[in-house]
Amino acid sequence: MITGSFDYHQPGTLQEAVALLAKLGDGARVLAGGHSLIPTMKLRLAMPEHLIDLQAVRELKKIQVTGAEVCIGAMTTQAELIASDELHRAAPIVRETSLQIADPQVRYLGTIGGNVANGDPGNDMPALMQCLDATFVLSGPDGERSVQAREFYEAAYFTARDDLEILTEIRFAATSGGYAYEKQKRKIGDYATAAAAVLLGKGADGSCEQASIALTNLADTPLYCEAASAQLVENGLTEPSVDAAVASAMSQIDPVDDNRGPAEFKRHVAAIILRRAIQQAWARA
Amino acid sequence: MSATAESVQDRKAALKGLGTSRKRVEDARFTQGKGNYVDDIKLPDMLFGDFVRSQYAHARVKSIDTTAAMELPGVVAVLTAKELEPLNLHWMPTLAGDKQMVLADGKVLFQGQEVAFVIAEDRYIAADAVDLVKVEYEELPVLVDPFKAELPDAPVLREDIADQKEGAHGARRHPNHIFTWEQGDKGATEAIINEAEVVAEEMVYYHRTHPCPMETCGSVASMDKVNGKLTLWGTFQAPHVVRTVASLLSGIAEHNIRVVSPDIGGGFGNKVGVYPGYVCSIVASIVTGKPVKWVEDRMENLSATAFARDYWMKGKIAATSEGKILGLWCHTTADHGAFDACADPTKYPAGFMNICTGSYDIPTAYLAVDGIYTNKAPGGVAYRCSFRVTEAAYFIERMIEVLAIKLNMDAAELRAKNFIRKDQFPYQSALGWEYDSGDYHTAWDKALEAVGYKKLREEQAQQVEDFKAGKTRKLMGIGLCHFTEIVGAGPVKNCDILGMGMFDSCEIRIHPTGSALARLGTISQGQGHATTFAQILATEIGISADEITIEEGDTDTAPYGLGTYGSRSTPVAGAATAMAGRKIRAKAQMIAAYLLEVHDNDIEWEVDRFVVKGAPERFKTMKEIAYASYNQAIPGVEPGLEAVSYYDPPNMTYPFGAYVCVMDIDVDTGVSDIRQFYALDDCGTRINPMIIEGQVHGGLTEALAIALGQEIAYDELGNIKTGTLMDFFIPTSWETPNYQTDFTETPSPHHPIGAKGVGESPNVGGVPAFSNAINDAFRAFGLTHTHMPHDHWRVWKTANDLGLHG
Ligand SMILES: Cc1cc2nc3c(=O)[nH]c(=O)nc-3n(C[C@H](O)[C@H](O)[C@H](O)COP(=O)(O)OP(=O)(O)OC[C@H]3O[C@@H](n4cnc5c(N)ncnc54)[C@H](O)[C@@H]3O)c2cc1C
Repeated sequence: MITGSFDYHQPGTLQEAVALLAKLGDGARVLAGGHSLIPTMKLRLAMPEHLIDLQAVRELKKIQVTGAEVCIGAMTTQAELIASDELHRAAPIVRETSLQIADPQVRYLGTIGGNVANGDPGNDMPALMQCLDATFVLSGPDGERSVQAREFYEAAYFTARDDLEILTEIRFAATSGGYAYEKQKRKIGDYATAAAAVLLGKGADGSCEQASIALTNLADTPLYCEAASAQLVENGLTEPSVDAAVASAMSQIDPVDDNRGPAEFKRHVAAIILRRAIQQAWARA
Repeated sequence: MSATAESVQDRKAALKGLGTSRKRVEDARFTQGKGNYVDDIKLPDMLFGDFVRSQYAHARVKSIDTTAAMELPGVVAVLTAKELEPLNLHWMPTLAGDKQMVLADGKVLFQGQEVAFVIAEDRYIAADAVDLVKVEYEELPVLVDPFKAELPDAPVLREDIADQKEGAHGARRHPNHIFTWEQGDKGATEAIINEAEVVAEEMVYYHRTHPCPMETCGSVASMDKVNGKLTLWGTFQAPHVVRTVASLLSGIAEHNIRVVSPDIGGGFGNKVGVYPGYVCSIVASIVTGKPVKWVEDRMENLSATAFARDYWMKGKIAATSEGKILGLWCHTTADHGAFDACADPTKYPAGFMNICTGSYDIPTAYLAVDGIYTNKAPGGVAYRCSFRVTEAAYFIERMIEVLAIKLNMDAAELRAKNFIRKDQFPYQSALGWEYDSGDYHTAWDKALEAVGYKKLREEQAQQVEDFKAGKTRKLMGIGLCHFTEIVGAGPVKNCDILGMGMFDSCEIRIHPTGSALARLGTISQGQGHATTFAQILATEIGISADEITIEEGDTDTAPYGLGTYGSRSTPVAGAATAMAGRKIRAKAQMIAAYLLEVHDNDIEWEVDRFVVKGAPERFKTMKEIAYASYNQAIPGVEPGLEAVSYYDPPNMTYPFGAYVCVMDIDVDTGVSDIRQFYALDDCGTRINPMIIEGQVHGGLTEALAIALGQEIAYDELGNIKTGTLMDFFIPTSWETPNYQTDFTETPSPHHPIGAKGVGESPNVGGVPAFSNAINDAFRAFGLTHTHMPHDHWRVWKTANDLGLHG
């Protein structure tokens, strides 16, 4: 459990960091909280020659709520997300999700940027970001560009981010209505057996005005369930409508057998967890 | 008069002796990070060793190329079996009378097996060099299922002993068969089972798991070539045995070896055995002339050094239709992995599995255990239990439940009907043990009363109705367990390890100013010996526990003892401590009588002093006596105040307990939630109630882990699937419920202070309680038994198989 050897760099600004990454190229990896990357390095599954630590890049650490717009710097830790009352008022689902990630020790170091950039289907933030319809801001040698979270994930550990780009910010609109992040896991510190992020808006007449559903760890990427979401908006929260939405979401999943259990079990649990998340979000709407 | 009475009480309290919840003296250093563990030992010029390990479960080693590794700057040497062979150290004996490869000798037999040992100037270079050693393997068919070990097409694992028909424990019927151990009366038991009105049958699997102490195993060996002395620091639960074994193996005279167990970060049986890392660090130090450290990482710990359990226990239990048990039959298939490295007393190849009649008066019983080789890591250690007691307790406590189902009877009532009665002690069990003392009915009634058992059953019945009516998706399980342990090995006449009798020892020195130093043959790994042994002594010799230093673990200073495991420290070394204390007091009595100018018989002991009978104002305190013993010429009495006791226990002790676990189970997700856990422990005389409670909390949490998810699992190719703490379940405070502890106190009649030991009880009794709760939840739907670990998906599967998902 000892990493291969590497050179360590600590740039002070984003510009320096982007330049370093461009210079060092393929052999370099960005280091955020290290709580996904370093375990992989200890197993020698990853052996980068250079680590570019973003810890000293102050501009990447921020939570800004401007009107209905939320902007979070990539180096903001999960603990900071939990602690921010401003963020909680703007999008309470973020705290609810963050509290279900790992344990307090991990959350003091693990960052939102690392969590969404990592590309591990087990991470909880990617589905949350798809649920929130967040925008990821990437900065590379050719400048800045934006990618929607719903377009970002290609396969396990493959994302739309270019190797030479750094994810700098995450932006999304403040939420209203009901929310829920439901996660089944074996223990504290475990990735999801199945998890679901749900946002629902309730109209004055009890109709479903808005719905957004995304799932964690049930395929090799997070899953935004567009059809299921549309189904709820169209037909409301009646029992048959929820059944149809769940069935639609379940048609998208493709879980794998692992120590959490066989795919058959995960399919069953995923439907239960999603149903509970929908019920909870609706109760809060 | 009342003033004196009060002062007796005050003086007694000041001793902080037996029965005091004295704070643990160890914790000041542990909570400040000032402990001194093996990995804290740093010596000048120290080198580091690291293993090249097999990725295959079964393969021939065609070649090992160390050239590239040797070329890496900072690498000092690479050892393979070839280098160890001239020293005859490429294999080593195991504690179970088998032998084990230190480094792969021609083949590998489990994933993670030690193949080569790289020695480098720092541990980072060593780790890099490990990657540079090129091993060429030829894969062989893998045997993971012990039930397939004797099939005609089964691969032969141990070619080294393939032709040996006789093993350390009798006849071997197949190259993959290690031993068959039989106890009790086969014929009589089978006759009873054939004729009984009711027979319940079940296969009870206690899955493979691992003790996983917080500190992994490691050692630092330092061979001083000038004076020929070897010093070995290591994670040893039995340092004195390690010294003797090291001497026998290396040929270094025993007086030239010093073994030190520094602070140990948990053992739980993981640190009883002898591992290749220890041997390699010694050889490396002899070869290089420099100290060599080896410390395994977590994955190595989980995959190579020791496993626990892995018993397939097929049971039959016979009873009358009224529920009086008549006979118990058990055949166990024991998966030992690639080498038989169990740490059991020599005469007990399946440990004390023959305590499997449990708390019940079962007149006739039979037990057979077959040990089998498979392509898995060796071990079979007693994970917080006394040599397979936990397997035995799980077996009988499951069989009782299965029988209750068959009889359509309440499982609490069935137990009470069959308990050994108080007046039957000392009780001779059908499988050969003499239970020392117990009062099971009292404990059981107290437990049932405390949890409101009847009400719980009513609630459960209602919940089943509600579930059937579609009003809830949750079920409630009530897990009962009444366990009896057998601990404190043990009488030298039948207990030894590698020929070394399982006595233990204590040596006491009283200093002139009346404080004391006591050294024992045991070694604490978190049990709090420095706290509790001082308390035993305080009560015996009238010196405050705060003024008694307890030392263990350094073979150059401590008296010889067999170490700490199997809950033996209190029953054996604790007894030695009391006995040595009594020797001190006997001498002190002579000195006091001389000082008081009366006859020995005219004075009596009172808390911390000898008092002239009938003249309470005339006395000598232990402190005064201690001073006089050194500084005053007393005719016929040697100066000084010291004593040694080597204690050979006349019998084992038999702690017991009554546990109840109430669980709520989400049928749709398989998630279980522990609503209540009540644990009544009877460990005889209670030395330190606070420490008992701490031990019970810790042991229950391990039991919870084992029952609900903790396992060492392999795939069909022998790849370990649970080699990290992501998958190997260690509960956090979040998963740990509140425990409600309670006690009764039935002293051991043969132990000097009546203490029985408690450290392992909660693991032994906890596992059946948790597991029974899960099983019980589904009883109303036709379940008789489902295997552990009861993790989410297996609980879900149980519900699914019963058709509960619609
Ligand atoms: C015991 C344990 C339990 C855990 N449980 C959970 C859990 O339940 N749910 C969960 O979601 N996570 C869990 N995690 C992971 C944890 O949340 C990580 O912290 C997170 O996945 C990664 O964030 P990080 O800041 O640590 O990133 P790092 O580990 O530093 O980086 C991860 C990857 O992202 C890249 N990266 C990081 N930042 C950037 C950036 N700004 N731009 C481009 N690339 C970047 C790195 O190069 C690396 O490839 C767990 C971790 C541990 C150790």
